[in-house]
Amino acid sequence: MDNNWIEITGGILAIGGSIFLFLGSLGLLRMPDAYNRIQTGTKASTLGTILSLAGLFFFFPGWFGKFMILILFVLITNPISSHVLARAAYFTGVPLTRKTTVDQLNESLNEDPSRRAHLRKVSTNTEEDKI
Amino acid sequence: MAKILLDIAISITLLSLLVSLIRFILGPEKVNRIIAFDVMSVSGIALIAYVAALSQRIIYMDIALVYGILGFIGVIIVARYIEKGL
Repeated sequence: MDNNWIEITGGILAIGGSIFLFLGSLGLLRMPDAYNRIQTGTKASTLGTILSLAGLFFFFPGWFGKFMILILFVLITNPISSHVLARAAYFTGVPLTRKTTVDQLNESLNEDPSRRAHLRKVSTNTEEDKI
Repeated sequence: MAKILLDIAISITLLSLLVSLIRFILGPEKVNRIIAFDVMSVSGIALIAYVAALSQRIIYMDIALVYGILGFIGVIIVARYIEKGL
């Protein structure tokens, strides 16, 4: 009887995680901008995967090491990939949406011309492509 | 009872993979496609973990870890390619 209730708790946690995964990909479909898509997709999928693995832990308590390795791996590598994607999108000139009110990176680049010179050296390829 | 809950979770995860596949197909640029690929690879980790729980084999968790590492390296490589070129 006790074992049954533990498994039902794990199943409810796993359903919550999969609902987070579904909402993340729904935001990926509906958001207007590449940066908003990065925001919804990576954060919601991180939480969804961690909740799903934590729900499966209630079914198999002996697999604790594997679940912890997978949770730590997702928790470390997912922010890195979202950061690299946002950096690549900004420096290749992917347009912001029209509703954007503040772009602090562009403002700080206008204040300090030396940083802009460095960043232009980074993204020379795209400017040649635009010409 | 608990197995039914796992089946519901697996079907919702498959539905999320299908929805992000739509963004992968009609994304306007390379950047949107690689964002959709990132979300699909992270959802694939959860899906392989569900398959491991259904078939009750711990070796599939190692497959999920290797799949996650390959997806992460693929996303990093394609993002660097978009930014700086080969």
